[in-house]
This record gives sequence, C-alpha cells and structure tokens, in this order.
Amino acid sequence: MTTIDPARAEHETERQPASPPRRSTATRGTRIIGIGAIVALGWLIAFGLGFSPADRDQLESVRILYVHVPTIWLAYLAFIVTAVSSAMYLFSKKKSLGWDRAAGASAEIGVTFVAVTLAVGAMWGRLTWGVFWQWDARLTTTALLFVTYIGYLAVRRLGGSHEQRAKRSAVLGMIAVVEIPLVHFSVKMWRSLHQEATVANLDGDTKMDGLMLFSLFVGVIAFTLLYVWLMLHRTRAMAMEDLLEERGLDDALVARRAEAAATTPPPTSTTTSTTTTGSDS
Amino acid sequence: MEDAGFILGSYFLTFATVALFAWRTVRSGRKLGQQVPDDEKYWL
Repeated sequence: MTTIDPARAEHETERQPASPPRRSTATRGTRIIGIGAIVALGWLIAFGLGFSPADRDQLESVRILYVHVPTIWLAYLAFIVTAVSSAMYLFSKKKSLGWDRAAGASAEIGVTFVAVTLAVGAMWGRLTWGVFWQWDARLTTTALLFVTYIGYLAVRRLGGSHEQRAKRSAVLGMIAVVEIPLVHFSVKMWRSLHQEATVANLDGDTKMDGLMLFSLFVGVIAFTLLYVWLMLHRTRAMAMEDLLEERGLDDALVARRAEAAATTPPPTSTTTSTTTTGSDS
Repeated sequence: MEDAGFILGSYFLTFATVALFAWRTVRSGRKLGQQVPDDEKYWL
C-alpha cells in the first residue's frame, strides 16, 4: 500500500501544463514508414553480412557494396529532390515556402549520406586498392559534390527573410544537381580506379549473382524508406523553426514599437486640447 | 581478419550515422513541437 504525500501531489499538479499536450513531428504514417525502414535495415544486415555469397575477385569485402551503393543512391535521390523542389519554388506562381523547406531538408540528408559514402568507400578502397584515398575521378567528383552541398547549406544560413533564403538557395540547388551525372559518368569519361556501374549501366546488362542483387535491392529499399521518414520529420521541424522565427521577429517588432512609443513625447495632447478648445468655442 | 574489421566497421559507421541523424531529427521535432500549438501543425 503506497501513501501519497500531499505536498508532492500538489507539486505534480503544478507541473501539469494548462494547455493540451503539444505533439511532435510524428504521425501514424511516419511510424509505419519508420517501422518499415527498421525492418528493411535489419534485412539488409542479415543479407549483407550473412546470406549473400562472397565475390570471386573481391571475396568478403564485396559486403561493403550493400551499404556503399544504397547510401550514394540516397544522396543522389536527395539532391535530385532538392533540385526539383527548388525549381518548383522558383517557377510556381504561389512561391510556397514548403518547397524551399523540402529542398533544404533533402540537402541536409544528402550531405550526411555522401559523407557516409565517402567514409565507407575509403574503407573499401583500403581493402581493394591498399589505400584509403586516391585522387581518382569518381572519388574526387564525389568529394566535390559533398563540398558543393555543404556550400548550399551554408548559403541557406545566410541572413535575410525566408523568401530571400528560398530564392538564392533555389538557384544554387538547381545548379549543383548538374554534378550528379558528372559523378556517375566520371568512371566512363576518365580513366578511373573505381569500377563501372554494375546495375545502373547504360547497356542494361546486370553482371551480378541473384542473391547479391537481391541484397543490394533490399539495401536500396531500406534507405529509400529511411529517406522518406527523415524527410517527413525534417520538413515538419523546419516549418516549426520558420514559424517560431517569424513569431520572434513579430514580437521583437512589437517590443521595439512599444519602446519607441514610450520614449517619444505624445503629440496627441496638443491636438486634443486644440480640438477641445475648438469645439468649446 | 583485417577484412572483417573494415567490413564490420563500414556497417557500424553507416548504422551509427543513421541512428544519430534519426535521433537528432526526432529530438528537434519534439523540442519544437512543445513550442508550437497543435492547430498550427499542418500535418495533424
């Protein structure tokens, strides 16, 4: 039998918010997508590290492929969404800031996953080439892609109104996407240590074992679900950030006007007295 | 054995980054959600 301390109960009551509980960026839809992503990522670990066979040439190190390719796929997807959202903002009549937030959120996700691709690729390079880094065409263009989108995110954080931010970052988001074909076809355009595309090649001939291809497919599905989940949460969080920023600016304006009104001598007293005098006469 | 270290390391790095990014995203959503009334959240 537990006894309730009245003082503690009173304190607990005081801590209860007066307004109804405020909800986060999660919804039923995001929970379903999130669970789907977790399950798919679990499958990726099982197939990538367990069920898929070793490669004839690369032996066990081929297992890195199942995280390396899906992460760069996610980054490409993210940057293409950034470009499309940027175009939608620039060329639509409504100029909805929702497009701008989608572009920004997608670029943040893309930058994170290009960084992962570069780091994981360095590990794979150490196993297959004996070095972590080479100034090879594919590696260098991917590093350039990473730096470009870091720049894009920096431009988004420059001062100005939300509309100014949206306009300048939309222009950059549409220019930067040109680097994706450059990265993808760099292995064909220049002599490269990096292998050519095994699945997404132009001749359509996939030279992969069935179970390996399935493992890669699981990875791509898992990371696509993860991308959708992250995008939904991040765009919602950015909408709230913008709202609070606007509200903070409005509050600051009201406070400044009140301050100005308090320091300026009221001119209305003379007018009132004149009017009163006039009406009296 | 060196191969196993790099293979497992690459998986660990990928999944740790995913977990960290997801955690940060959810946490910022929760914190911001406390400051904004529900009727101003278009997704609800």
